[in-house]
Amino acid sequence: MTSIAVRIRRVGLPRLLVHLSVLVIVVIWLIPTLGILVTSIRDKDQITTAGWWTAFTSSTQTEAARLAEPSTARQEGSSHVISGSVFEGDAGGTVRYFGTRVADPDEFPAGQTADLGDGETLVVNEDGSYIHSSSVPFDGERGRRVYLAVATPPVFTLDNYRTVLTSQGIGQAFVNSLTVAVPATIIPILIAAFAAYALSWMAFPGRALLIALVVGLIVVPLQMSLIPLLRMYNDIGSLLGVSSRSYVGIWLAHAAFGMPLAIYLLRNYIAGLPKEIIESARVDGASDFEIFMKIVLPLSFPALASFAIFQFLWTWNDLLVAMVFLGTGRDQLVLTGALNALLGSQGGKWEILTASAFITIIVPLLVFFALQRYLVRGLLAGSVKGG
Amino acid sequence: MISQIVSAIGVVIAGVFACALYYWLSDKVLQVVFPVSDRNLQLASRNLNRRNVVRPWLFMGPALFLLAVYLIYPVIATIILSFHDRSGGNFVGLANYRWAINDAAFRQSIFNNILWLAVVPAACTFLGLVIAVLTDRIWWGNIAKSLVFMPMAISFVGASVIWKFIYEYRGGDETQIGLLNAIVQFIGGDPQVWIALPFWNNLFLMVILIWIQTGFAMVILSAALRGIPEETIEAAVIDGANGWQIFWKIMVPQIWGTIAVVWTTITILVLKVFDIVLTMTNGQWSTMVLANLMFDWMFRGGGDSGRSAVIALVIMAAVTPIMVWNIRQANREMGGH
Repeated sequence: MTSIAVRIRRVGLPRLLVHLSVLVIVVIWLIPTLGILVTSIRDKDQITTAGWWTAFTSSTQTEAARLAEPSTARQEGSSHVISGSVFEGDAGGTVRYFGTRVADPDEFPAGQTADLGDGETLVVNEDGSYIHSSSVPFDGERGRRVYLAVATPPVFTLDNYRTVLTSQGIGQAFVNSLTVAVPATIIPILIAAFAAYALSWMAFPGRALLIALVVGLIVVPLQMSLIPLLRMYNDIGSLLGVSSRSYVGIWLAHAAFGMPLAIYLLRNYIAGLPKEIIESARVDGASDFEIFMKIVLPLSFPALASFAIFQFLWTWNDLLVAMVFLGTGRDQLVLTGALNALLGSQGGKWEILTASAFITIIVPLLVFFALQRYLVRGLLAGSVKGG
Repeated sequence: MISQIVSAIGVVIAGVFACALYYWLSDKVLQVVFPVSDRNLQLASRNLNRRNVVRPWLFMGPALFLLAVYLIYPVIATIILSFHDRSGGNFVGLANYRWAINDAAFRQSIFNNILWLAVVPAACTFLGLVIAVLTDRIWWGNIAKSLVFMPMAISFVGASVIWKFIYEYRGGDETQIGLLNAIVQFIGGDPQVWIALPFWNNLFLMVILIWIQTGFAMVILSAALRGIPEETIEAAVIDGANGWQIFWKIMVPQIWGTIAVVWTTITILVLKVFDIVLTMTNGQWSTMVLANLMFDWMFRGGGDSGRSAVIALVIMAAVTPIMVWNIRQANREMGGH
């Protein structure tokens, strides 16, 4: 004990306070996600009987059981005894409390001999065995009803995941999300990079104006685009005789909506490349096309990666664009849309909701933890520069 | 399902290939149209100049096309549509604007959006700053930061499910499995249907966005704090300033620019908040916000493009000052280059 006290004195109280408050913050930030992760692997009956924070301890449920019939009573000395187990067949568990009225299953602790009056006693042990005795012979046809508070050990299962992946459409939605997000991430990169190069290293009239336009377009709310684009898509769809809602439509929409930020981020980076490299290549007779492909593109890898992560997270997590441009049919729903639909149709079924939610967030979380460095770099390039 | 994956991969390859082909071909076409030969030096230099005039626009072509079709044209079209009726066919003057001013749901949305704007950016920036300062002082700070930053990767819909589970209410004598109600019960209060409590439910929805965005504020502010010159703090220490004074009078003033960037970025995000309200309440119990109201009018009863355009324009108008500020900031930076 003294060593801890010494250590605290050495570390200093304020320092300890910093550690503690950060710990509290981190725990608060983690608990919500932990809640659905734990819930998604619990047995679906246990989810509703006890909070997920008790998942690792036994959960207590109220059960009813009937003792053996009076005809099985034996005479022991002056008393009549019925004995056996309250658990039938394979059922098991630990009896915590028992009682004879449904309103009060916690009347007596397990193992205690309960006096039921008229010389009748009952004891139910933790393992479920009971001894029911009476000073007078038992009458009636059926055994007595007892109510038990039974603790069942925690049950963890992957059944919830199996259910949502197969019968709730989450498996299909996962594929749909991938189908949307991967092309919508990769296609805009090259387009934006070429534009960013032109805006950084080529002189032409109106360049400053175009850059200002791109900066301005970054913050234009998506809502401004939805109505005219929806009308345009419907027109094109009826003109060509195809559905107005297609993957091509959503790829282009995502590519366009990500374009201003992509150009801005990449231009900031490409404009910062050393002037000497590009000019010496020009002197050597390389065309702009060659300079871009052979020098600028490889050097810009960190910026390209940053943007790719942004765009992937944004397209994977998007709900609005998918709802408007891809529709809400079952075979078109992306994960976010499917999850939203489940919230409506499977309201209180947390075993389904939590498992679906976890499948929805696992891919971005993996991307996040694997490529956090690039994400942070991109954020800083996009934001701190303005300040 | 497999075929869908294969076709998606095919699209990626074809798309990238088509893009590369466009740029390569357009460059080749340029060389053919404006040939440069040794025979006529004057023509050659003129053609070189012409190439240099045209080439930037070839490089920017696809990007400008996407920007024009998906952002610039729609902004103009939305403004025009706001003066037309529900089908977009007939001019109705200011009728849609008059409707908006008198509509109870619209006013409710404006009020709620202002509430969101007042709470979320401030809360995220403040918490982000506090966490950035605290985590910079401990050895496991980077791990802590990464965990606070993590919700950034989670979709608003996913986060809504996560928090709906926390706010979950079970009626009667059922065990409360929502964390918030369990805590309230533990300390002796009565469980509530939190997301159906008018006014306060807005705050419960805001908590979700704060939970997601604080990490963003923290990362940016933490980088800015590290950029503060060591000497300024050392000088303050020598002058006898305590930790509190150093924080407020030395550190915060030096990162005002970054705080403004964080604040405005989150402000824009808040103005567009949609997914959280849609999944948590769908605007019920007085939680409607502009983006959701607009979505409603886009599809309600076959859709009313005039009214939803007006609502979109209100969001746009709120964003415009920030947009102007950003452009001026970017221009100033380029001037300094």
